[in-house]
Amino acid sequence: MIQKSSEALSRRAFLGMAGAATGIMVLASSCDKNDDNMMNNGVDLGSGDVGILNYAYALEQLEAAFYTRVAQSPYNGISASENALLTDIRDHEIAHREFFKSALAGAAISNLEFDFSAIDFGSRASVLATAKAFEDLGVSAYNGAGKLIVTPDYLTLAGKIVSVEARHAAYIRDLISNGSFADNTVVDMNGLDTSRMPVDVLAVAAGFIKTKINASNLPR
Amino acid sequence: MEFLHIINEIEKVDPEMPDRLSDRRTAMKSFAGIGAKIGLAALPFFIGSIFKKAYAQSGPSQNVVLDVLNYALTLEYLEAEFYAMGIAKGTALVPAGAPAAAIKTIGDHEAAHVEFLKTAITASGGTPVSKPTFDFTAGGTFANVFSDYATFLAVAQTFEDTGVRAYKGRAAEITGGGDLLTAALNIHSVEARHAAHIRTMRKANGFGDVKPWITGKESGIGSVVQASYDGEELSTQAGINIVNINGAMISASAATEAFDEGLTKEQVLAIVGPFIVQ
Repeated sequence: MIQKSSEALSRRAFLGMAGAATGIMVLASSCDKNDDNMMNNGVDLGSGDVGILNYAYALEQLEAAFYTRVAQSPYNGISASENALLTDIRDHEIAHREFFKSALAGAAISNLEFDFSAIDFGSRASVLATAKAFEDLGVSAYNGAGKLIVTPDYLTLAGKIVSVEARHAAYIRDLISNGSFADNTVVDMNGLDTSRMPVDVLAVAAGFIKTKINASNLPR
Repeated sequence: MEFLHIINEIEKVDPEMPDRLSDRRTAMKSFAGIGAKIGLAALPFFIGSIFKKAYAQSGPSQNVVLDVLNYALTLEYLEAEFYAMGIAKGTALVPAGAPAAAIKTIGDHEAAHVEFLKTAITASGGTPVSKPTFDFTAGGTFANVFSDYATFLAVAQTFEDTGVRAYKGRAAEITGGGDLLTAALNIHSVEARHAAHIRTMRKANGFGDVKPWITGKESGIGSVVQASYDGEELSTQAGINIVNINGAMISASAATEAFDEGLTKEQVLAIVGPFIVQ
C-alpha cells in the first residue's frame, strides 16, 4: 500500500515535468534504471527526496550496527560514564534507523550487511577512531545532502538529526583528545563544518558495507 | 500512514521546482570549479554572486534568505561578543589549560561566523545588520556572568543550544537554497559541537548534570533558561512515535535525545531579548 504511494509520488514527479521535453527522457532513463535493478546492480536508494531519505537510512543502519556491537562487547577498560554514553549513542542511532524505516515504509531499502572486521572491538583506540570517523562522516553527509532536499519538512527532519550526530562527534572526539570537538580537521577558517556529497560519503562508508549500494539515481 | 502524510507534503511542491533545481545545479557546478581555484577566504563573495544569479527569478526569495542570514548574524554577534568578553577576563574567569583553550576555539568560530555572514549578506545584495549593544547579565539575571565560571558556562550552554535550535528552526525557509543553505548547515553543526563540549565542561565541573545531548527539556541550569529547552521533549517525529519504535528498546529519554528541535524566530528573539539593550 505504501509502495503504491511511492510509485504515485514518482508518477506525480514525472507529471510535474510532463510539459518539458526532458520529462519523457527522464521517464525513459528511469525505466532503464529499473531494469538495472532487476539485474542486481546493488540496492537502489531511489531518486528525489525518497532517495536522500534512503541514503540517510543506510548511514543510520551503519552507525546503529556499529554501536550495537560496541555495546554488546565494550572495549577493555571502558569507564562507566563512557559505557553509559556510548549506549545512549547506540539508542539514538537505532532511533534514527527505525524512524527512517517507518517513514519510508514500502519505499525503504532492505537491511544492509556490514563488515566490521577492520575494527578491534576490544580496543578503545580502535572503537573510538571508528566512531569518530562515522560521526564526522554522518555530519558531513547530512550537511551535504541538505541542498538536495526539495521538501522543507524533510530538511527540518535532517536538521533535527544532524545536530545530534554533531553532539556525538564532539563527545567522541573529546574522548580521544579533550578539546578536539571542533578542531581544524573538520571546521574550516570560516568556522564552517564539513559537508560531503553522497558519492563521496558512500565511497568512505563502502569499506564497512558488504551490500552493494546503487546511488546513481540520487539527486546531484 | 505517516508516510502518506509526508507524500502529501511532497505533492504540494511547485511542479516547476525540478526545472529551477536543474538551473541552480548548473550554476552551482560552475561555482564548484571556481571555488577550488579562488580559495576559501574569498568564498562568500562567490557564493553571493552565484546566489543572486540562481535566485533572480525563482526559489526562496532574496528577502527571505537575507532575513535568515541577518537573523543568524545577530545571534553570532551575541555569541562572539560573549566569548570575547569572557576571554578578556583571563584566568579570573576561565581556568588556564583545556578550559581556556576550548573557550578560545569556540570564540574564534563565532567571530569567524560573524565575518562569514557579513560577507555573504553583502555579496548577496543585502546589508548586514549592525551589532546590537548587549547586556550579558540580562538585566541582572546573570549578574556574575563574567566573574563566576559556573554562570559563564551556564549562559554559554544556553546560547549554544539556542543557536542550534535557531538555525534548525529556519532552515526550511531556505530549502533549495544551494550553497548558502549548505553554509548555514555547516554553521549549525559547529554550534552543536560547541554545545556538546560546553555541556561536557559543565558536567565535569559539577555545574550541571547534563550529557552532551539534551534529555527531555532539561537544561541542568534552572527555570531562568527554560524557554531555551521547552519543546525539546518531543518524542514523536513526523507522526511516528520514537519510544520503543518497531520493538526496539528506545526509552523516552533516548527518544527525546535522538532528535534536536527547532525554535521559531519569535521564540528565539524572546529568549535573546533580555540580552539585547538596543
